[in-house]
Amino acid sequence: MQLSADNLACVRGGRTVFSGLNFRLAGGEALLVTGRNGAGKSSLLRVIAGLVHVSAGRLALDGGEADAGIAEQTHYLGHQDAMKPSLSVAENLQFWAAFLGTGSAGIAPALEAVELAGLATLPAAYLSAGQRRRLSIARLIATPRPIWLLDEPTSALDAASQTRLAGLMRDHLSGGGMIIAATHGAIGLDTARELKMGPQ
Amino acid sequence: MNALSALMLRDMRIAVRIGGGALMGALFFLIVVVMVPFAIGPDLRLLAQIGPAILWLGALLASLLALDRLFATDHEDGSLDLLMMGRVPLELVVAAKAVAHWLTTCLPLVIITPLLGLMLNVEMNAMGALILTLLAGTPALTFIGLIGAALTVALRRGGLLLAVLVLPLTIPVLIFGVSAANAAIAGPAPFGPPFTILCALSLMSFVVGPVAAAAALRYGLE
Amino acid sequence: MAVIDLANPTRFLRLVDRVLPWLIAVTAVLFVVGLYRAVNAPDDYQQGATVKIMFLHVPAAWLGMMGWGLMSVAALGTLVWRHPLADVAGKAAAPIGAAFTLICLVTGSLWGRPTWGTYWVWDARLTSMLVLLLLYLGVMALYWTAEDPGRGSRAAAILALVGAVNLPIIKFSVDWWNTLHQPASIMRTGGSAIDASILWPLLIMALAFTLLFFTLHLAAMRNEILRRRVRTMQLMQAQEAHA
Repeated sequence: MQLSADNLACVRGGRTVFSGLNFRLAGGEALLVTGRNGAGKSSLLRVIAGLVHVSAGRLALDGGEADAGIAEQTHYLGHQDAMKPSLSVAENLQFWAAFLGTGSAGIAPALEAVELAGLATLPAAYLSAGQRRRLSIARLIATPRPIWLLDEPTSALDAASQTRLAGLMRDHLSGGGMIIAATHGAIGLDTARELKMGPQ
Repeated sequence: MNALSALMLRDMRIAVRIGGGALMGALFFLIVVVMVPFAIGPDLRLLAQIGPAILWLGALLASLLALDRLFATDHEDGSLDLLMMGRVPLELVVAAKAVAHWLTTCLPLVIITPLLGLMLNVEMNAMGALILTLLAGTPALTFIGLIGAALTVALRRGGLLLAVLVLPLTIPVLIFGVSAANAAIAGPAPFGPPFTILCALSLMSFVVGPVAAAAALRYGLE
Repeated sequence: MAVIDLANPTRFLRLVDRVLPWLIAVTAVLFVVGLYRAVNAPDDYQQGATVKIMFLHVPAAWLGMMGWGLMSVAALGTLVWRHPLADVAGKAAAPIGAAFTLICLVTGSLWGRPTWGTYWVWDARLTSMLVLLLLYLGVMALYWTAEDPGRGSRAAAILALVGAVNLPIIKFSVDWWNTLHQPASIMRTGGSAIDASILWPLLIMALAFTLLFFTLHLAAMRNEILRRRVRTMQLMQAQEAHA
């Protein structure tokens, strides 16, 4: 499986956020997207997720599912958590598992993996920011999808949680998945390549 | 459980748990209808004459108020992005949210209509027809309102702008809804034609609403 | 020169600069001729000279509706073909169409005063035009409240298409509603219009108004393109300061 971008450009709000972007990513590989604020890291992730349309160039996935678009094979972890405060931790995860495509079998292991299993019946409103972030990460584990797009995944996480996340990311990579992470600093993926964005 | 029923269930659960849920819309409806006699006087004959119109306007305003939050909450917490990345077409996702909205906002209105009709001196035997017109017409209000909610999802003056955009488009529904209700009450004009046109409007909105709303979400969130 | 060449804003601006003076001249000539013919047309046997408001009222109504048609075509250009100037065309057309609709309502109201005895009556046509005006104002509100022009244009384009689908339905329901609530009305706003002495001035005025629409539209498109250039330059200035 390979994700390739050729001469990719993105225009938002009349402004060219980035242009002439090229990269190739194979299964099992990770890409770290770096650059100062406003360089277009988040926009790149949103373009790959299909949330922003491609203004120029080409984005293609070879070897994935035949009938599904890139967006349907991607998990997007943005700045927000997409968790409803009035639903419980388990209900939130159950919803996303059902909506994003698989059954509820993966929910219990996912909660275990982020160490929120004990809080499963608590309303999500009672969680701290770090716990909500971990719940969003659980969403990525509960429903397997090959491509992970992570926008500053370690924000709001304490050191122990960051280590745990690095472990989960390594598991995903060794299972053949890909990761593209926008980040300001190191996130524990030593074998990742780097894509520097910003004025050349 | 498949994706769309999970979505409908989630929306209904949230609607019921937050803000008094279904009761709030019904309460607003009740209050609006109660306001009218204060404004025009308690003349029972007059109230009977304009009863169906008041109920329809009240239902329109009550369903409009809740539309504001239909997409806005999902947009604010990032759920909308993920809803667009599911394996279900966005048009169906949007339609599922509309159905959940109708069940939690408009259905309670229809249920308390007999009580309000009583207060407005609507005849008993016409109550059934009145409820039927609301049942057939409120889905159109929801699905047309869907378009306004999608267009204003990322804008700040959302609520008022939504009303400005949606109300003119709901004029046909209002005209035929009240016309059908009046035909059932007062008489010589038949109930059938306006009622069937009302049903046709609802059916049309089931298609136009989700298609336009999905397009508005895709283009509006770039 | 194909339509695709006009996609380049600079080339479009040059075209507008060349064409606009001629357009203004022809419009002015048509108005002079039309108004002369209109003033000299025969009076109506029932309404007297007031029927001549029709020469303003009817073309304004046509153009109010044509404005929405133009917006719908521009909307297809924006959403389906992604033509770069389509959203400029749509945005420029909205206020002009709204203005003509307003002229139609005001002239209709002034016409109504001596004819019906009141300034406003819920006649089917005036009511339909009023709803059209409300829809125009809704579209303009979308343009005003959107932060970047591209997003506002796409939302407005969708509303223009939804409106285009709904307008016949609204017209139909208002006509229905009018027959329910209004006793048989003796008044016919068209007058007894088919006589040639009335038809020719009407057609000339309609043509003059149409050319006026396009004159204003091209000028408005030019203004919008220039406005967007200023905005882009300001954005670039902010971006460079950041670097």
